[in-house]
Amino acid sequence: MTSYPDWWKLIFGRFTLEAIPYHEPILIGTFAAVALGGLALIALVTRYKLWGYLWHEWFTSVDHKKIGIMYMILGVIMLLRGFADALMMRGQQAIAFAGNEGYLPPHHYDQIFTAHGVIMIFFVAMPFVTGLMNYVVPLQIGARDVSFPFLNNFSFWMTVSGAVLVMMSLFIGEFAKVGWLAYPPLSGAAYSPGVGMDYYLWALQIAGVGTTLSGVNLIATIVKMRAPGMEMMRMPVFTWTALCTNVLIVATFPILAATLALLTLDRYVGTNFFTNDLGGNPMMYVNLIWIWGHPEVYILILPIFGVYSEVASTFCGKRLFGYASMVYATVVITILSYLVWLHHFFTMGSGASVNSFFGITTMIISIPTGAKIFNWLFTMYRGRIRFELPMMWLVAFMLTFVIGGMTGVMLAVPPADFVLHNSLFLIAHFHNVIIGGVVFGVFAGIAYWFPKAFGFKLDRFWGLLSFWFWVIGFYVAFMPLYVLGLMGVTRRLSRFEDPSLQIWFVIAAIGAVLIALGILCFIIQIAVSIVRREQLRDTTGDPWDGRTLEWSTSSPPPAYNFAFTPIVHDLDAWADMKKRGYRRPLGGFKPIHMPRNTGAGVIIAALATVGGFALIWYIWWLAALSFVGVIATVVIHSFNYDRDFHIPAEAVLREEDSRSQLLGRA
Amino acid sequence: MREVSSLLRIFRFLAVLPLFALLGGCQMVLLGPSGDVALQQRNLLLASTGLMLLIIVPVMALTIFFAWRYRASAKASYDPDWNHSLPLEVVIWSVPLLIIVVIGAMTWMGTHLLDPYRPLNRIAAGKPVVEAKAGGNGVRKEPLVIQVVALDWKWLFLYPAQGIASLNEVVAPVDQPIEFRITSSSVMNSLFIPALAGQIYAMPGMQAKLNAVINHAGEFEGFSANYSGAGFSEMRFRFRGVDDKAFGDWVQGAIRNGSTLGREEYLVLEKPSEREAVRYFRDIPSDLFSAVLNMCVDRAKMCTRDMMALDAKGGGGKEGIHIVAQLEYDKSVRRGGQPMPPRPFVTAICTPTDVYGTAGVSARVAN
Repeated sequence: MTSYPDWWKLIFGRFTLEAIPYHEPILIGTFAAVALGGLALIALVTRYKLWGYLWHEWFTSVDHKKIGIMYMILGVIMLLRGFADALMMRGQQAIAFAGNEGYLPPHHYDQIFTAHGVIMIFFVAMPFVTGLMNYVVPLQIGARDVSFPFLNNFSFWMTVSGAVLVMMSLFIGEFAKVGWLAYPPLSGAAYSPGVGMDYYLWALQIAGVGTTLSGVNLIATIVKMRAPGMEMMRMPVFTWTALCTNVLIVATFPILAATLALLTLDRYVGTNFFTNDLGGNPMMYVNLIWIWGHPEVYILILPIFGVYSEVASTFCGKRLFGYASMVYATVVITILSYLVWLHHFFTMGSGASVNSFFGITTMIISIPTGAKIFNWLFTMYRGRIRFELPMMWLVAFMLTFVIGGMTGVMLAVPPADFVLHNSLFLIAHFHNVIIGGVVFGVFAGIAYWFPKAFGFKLDRFWGLLSFWFWVIGFYVAFMPLYVLGLMGVTRRLSRFEDPSLQIWFVIAAIGAVLIALGILCFIIQIAVSIVRREQLRDTTGDPWDGRTLEWSTSSPPPAYNFAFTPIVHDLDAWADMKKRGYRRPLGGFKPIHMPRNTGAGVIIAALATVGGFALIWYIWWLAALSFVGVIATVVIHSFNYDRDFHIPAEAVLREEDSRSQLLGRA
Repeated sequence: MREVSSLLRIFRFLAVLPLFALLGGCQMVLLGPSGDVALQQRNLLLASTGLMLLIIVPVMALTIFFAWRYRASAKASYDPDWNHSLPLEVVIWSVPLLIIVVIGAMTWMGTHLLDPYRPLNRIAAGKPVVEAKAGGNGVRKEPLVIQVVALDWKWLFLYPAQGIASLNEVVAPVDQPIEFRITSSSVMNSLFIPALAGQIYAMPGMQAKLNAVINHAGEFEGFSANYSGAGFSEMRFRFRGVDDKAFGDWVQGAIRNGSTLGREEYLVLEKPSEREAVRYFRDIPSDLFSAVLNMCVDRAKMCTRDMMALDAKGGGGKEGIHIVAQLEYDKSVRRGGQPMPPRPFVTAICTPTDVYGTAGVSARVAN
């Protein structure tokens, strides 16, 4: 450290050459793979002259459909990273017994479990859920885009910016070693002096801006842009759940931002909100972070409940059973999700009455959730069930999720939680509901809406393989963790003494490998489907005999979604239209007013990434410069009056005519 | 459809997997604990599980049955417009509600009865603890007080009445109510002895309590259940339940063989270390635990209770500003990190006559 002169510190802050982990073979290997892969990708894109296409058609696009797809791609990429972390943890825990240190020292292992949690929640589950909502909601409500198309693009790139920062920490410096919610005082400056915690703070802070704004955007879209006739109680259930989720996002992400900001102040300017010093109180952080953290899990699961509802009614060929009670259940869950945060730390020593209150409110959530399960169940009753991939995910979810729900209620009983808290039982529980709920639902959603987005179905064979590997892999990986939890094994351990535990960890590691095969099959499924796209082609735009408006337009939908805004007369508008013998309008088109693409979102997010990096490494001049850059770009963009254009009526006519030809051929 | 039936077969198998796991219950410490508190916690766990299975099992069975019965190829009765039924709605909301009412009532009672702060009223089923002055054949025992300090990364147990302390080992007589008073020296940990009772966080500057009793002699595992940094995985200790005589001998042994643990020795012990062997201490100042709790073992530091007393009176005002140096406890060097640069505090108050606050006291603290 002393060898670095003052001018170095002025220019590079606390960045030193030692911060590059060239002494860690695992990281060097990863870096080599990422660098080679990245170079190959860049070479290919350059070779095929795709940069202009990517920039004009995708990166700067304000089309909610393209942004939705980009969110899904981000989710898949980060899933690979997050899952690599999971495999490394499972590997370490399977071998680190009886004096064997394993291959990961605590310094590395502790970063991995922190990164796994952060990535899976913020950069896998959130992009997946946001991507589905972005793609589907405007189509389901008969809108041409979201309310604020530029903001949508900007939100996406801010999320990417956070993800980029987390990925950078792999090769420059280190990531946090504090657990995914970074409880102080451990995460404070005194006990985590390195850059890892600062990567955590700035990555989440920047991504959080994107998430919050996308929440605002979708609320405005759902409230203001529904097709005529679509009253609130005629909204598709997925749209309802998206609305509730975005209300939760807007209400809770500012709490996260404030909490992280307070911790940032503690670390950067020496305030004492959460230190042991000077009357700071770490318990305050634990409360605040969970006031965001608990609603967050409902932010993830609610839209997925919506996906399951769409899948259930479509593939059972029926109206959803108990639409109204489904809606009320969603709203009740939304409200109750705010009243349960303390169940994450019954063991912090609150009094019995406080603990009972939060335990009982938690259990109450299982009532509307149970009602939802029954609603899907009775949607199947007297249905005509087609076991396409999304429906199989639904059945797997229903059987798996109830187990997770049951263990959740067990954890909600405070005295039982005292023995289960922080144990592998807890780990098994939340993976049971997040994998068995959110992940299964994301795959159901991808299989369900993929033909809408790309005009061809996903390959069934590889989809089935992926499905079975995921489902069986999940049970093999996490049932042993329930057992280990009951054997009193706690989480985040990297070494064990009791050799009798090892067999369970080995089984869990096998399960993780099975899930890895599931992910591999999913990627092969996408590749095979692209190759076989002509055989899998859907020309109708309605491959599943769908019931909601997104199936009324072509696949993929034109940029303007609907040539004429549909008029809604009933719930399940498209099923209703089909029943009444709806005919597509073939002429009389008018020019369509559309938002124009802009690069401002990419530029601001790139500057934010640079700013975040500068703040992490104390490169103050660069931080100041990028901040000025952000402000300047915002100001300049606000003077950009070239924001919209009209798709001429002739272009609409050409587009619709080509669809007519496709339909005629079908 | 072949896929469907194979799907259903495998799910049926998966559904019973957790039950297989229960068969191995003998080695699951949470299901066969040795302390009365953990036993009651287990009973609550099993009761709530049983109640929930009342609804989970039928739902799973119905899911499988409906998925099979109404598969497209079965050509079963098909009613695409059937989407509402008041009686069914009443059932699907009220049955879970009833179950939750029952579990909720159990929760309310259980949480209060098993509140870790509450002194024990029994040491086992049918063996109540009674007041010392009352008659009857109940157990008359004042709780054994054990003060617990979670250090980086080891556990210190102080026995104030016996005047001894032990590192990474805690011993208690069988059927003797124990009152743990728990704190931590630097970051959050969680004291957990699964065979004895549920866990409770150990937090610096704060005291939590746990009342428990061990009913069977034996050696049990204890550890930190809240991640606390690099040495966390090795932060284990032994909990031994022994008879009264063996406990007396153990105390005598510690008095004979233990080393002295004064404030100076504590400050050395507090430094991070891993895999510490079991050690015993004697000659412990009676105020050591209170000093740890108030973060003023180092006499240069102000005790938090004094700080709070000052604050309660309105604080030290401008003149009290020199106190900040004494309120700095967190030390990065403790964790083997690089020393942080001296941390500047707002130490000077600017006034109209002293615009730059030069009259303030300088308090830059190296930690």
